[in-house]
Amino acid sequence: MSTELLIQYGVIPIIQILVVMIVVLTVVAYGVYAERKILAFIHSRLGPMRVGPWGLFQPIADGLKLLMKEDLRPSVADSLIFVMAPAILMLAAFSALTMVPFGEGTTMFGYEVPYVIADVNIGILAMLALSSLSVYAVVLGGWSSNSKYPLIGALRGAAQMVSYEVALAFTVVATLMIAGTMSTVGIVEAQRELGAWFFILQPVGFVIFVICMVAETNRLPFDLPEAETELVSGYFTEFSGMRWAFYMLGEYAAMIVMSCLAVTLYLGGWLRPFPNSELTAFLDVIPGPLWFVLKGFMFMYFFMWIRGTYPRYRYDQLMTIGWKVLIPISIANLFFTGIIILLVQAAAG
Amino acid sequence: MGLIEHKFEDNILTTTVDGFLNWTRKSSIWPMTFGLACCAIEMIAAGGPRFDIARFGMEVFRATPRQADLMIVSGTVTLKMAPIVKRLYDQMPEPKWVISMGSCSTCGGPYPTYAVLQGVERIVPVDVAVPGCPPRPEALFYGLMRLQDKIQEMKVLRK
Repeated sequence: MSTELLIQYGVIPIIQILVVMIVVLTVVAYGVYAERKILAFIHSRLGPMRVGPWGLFQPIADGLKLLMKEDLRPSVADSLIFVMAPAILMLAAFSALTMVPFGEGTTMFGYEVPYVIADVNIGILAMLALSSLSVYAVVLGGWSSNSKYPLIGALRGAAQMVSYEVALAFTVVATLMIAGTMSTVGIVEAQRELGAWFFILQPVGFVIFVICMVAETNRLPFDLPEAETELVSGYFTEFSGMRWAFYMLGEYAAMIVMSCLAVTLYLGGWLRPFPNSELTAFLDVIPGPLWFVLKGFMFMYFFMWIRGTYPRYRYDQLMTIGWKVLIPISIANLFFTGIIILLVQAAAG
Repeated sequence: MGLIEHKFEDNILTTTVDGFLNWTRKSSIWPMTFGLACCAIEMIAAGGPRFDIARFGMEVFRATPRQADLMIVSGTVTLKMAPIVKRLYDQMPEPKWVISMGSCSTCGGPYPTYAVLQGVERIVPVDVAVPGCPPRPEALFYGLMRLQDKIQEMKVLRK
């Protein structure tokens, strides 16, 4: 009995964590390569071509070069926080991945193997809380560098991430009211029961979520914390080598987490389109986890696409969009969603 | 680092490791976003679709010297600018390289005057000098490839 418990609650989670870590780290490394290639194609260039076939070894060369760079720490920097700050970003992004449901789960050798590391009943809340922790990496990194541009970048980052989180949370609450649960697996199951992905029921919320998602990860057109034209490199100006690489990888991991969150909340997780209809039943040849990954990559591509096509917003425009447009619309959306849910419940008796 | 660098004799292991590390270094030389005069326009053209510096994995122009590997001194270095160029070079982490692009930065070019530094190698060690006034992007790429050859011959672990 106890060996069975050990395998069920000890060995299987460790294997799950290893698989998720390895897959996500690979996606992060090759996400950088994909971004460089996609940006190149948008500019009608070729992108990396010389390092390996089609430049496929580029991420390996970049990573090892950064690892072998001089370990540079400014003499005026607060050394403990300067070392810690990049790690916080990685930690926040990777721990949020524990709640991501990649599929329905299966049974192997008599043991239950869910395709989610931890299906907790406050999953979405925990994911939002962990992704908000990344603001500490930005603020502490900028502050501990003890230099002007990182400090300005960090303050901008803090203001931006905090204000966009408000709109993000309000739109998510509207979705959670329809689903009736905060568990990530439960939300996908609710979409199966209703027979529709939630972006059909929450079109306004979906658009606001996608905008806030881009702002939350500090990607273009909302990359004001790092704005090269004004702030040199923003909050990571003083970071070099592997510490800077941690910021970069953390940003990509945050993009992956946000894509997973969007897929779970609005695009039906591992479900096929119209999960209750017989017309789309043939699409079940594609297994659930593959659906999830395909939808996730769609969002990753979206991040890179808008980076190649939109210019950066001005800081006051960013704040105007956040506080005067997105937050009022998201509150109105929450209000109307509540009214409609009440009406539907009254009609159902 | 610094614990293992330049500490070992030549043997099959150290030469292989050195070769691999040099390959990583020469495959991702990130230049600094930094232009001084008309040569900078040619450097920018090198990043555009027609010439595309990204093929070498070098399109990552970093705005801060802390993350850059290569300083392309592209244009006339005036005496007023020289201390700033020197300071930027000092702020870059090792290993770092310098390309002197064009006649002005190599030897003062058409400005043998009191206001212009007669060659940037008076303040920073130049690895490759690209001739031309200004050199075309192809000439810059030729210089970058010669720099890659030079990096491949460097000693990392070996004495």
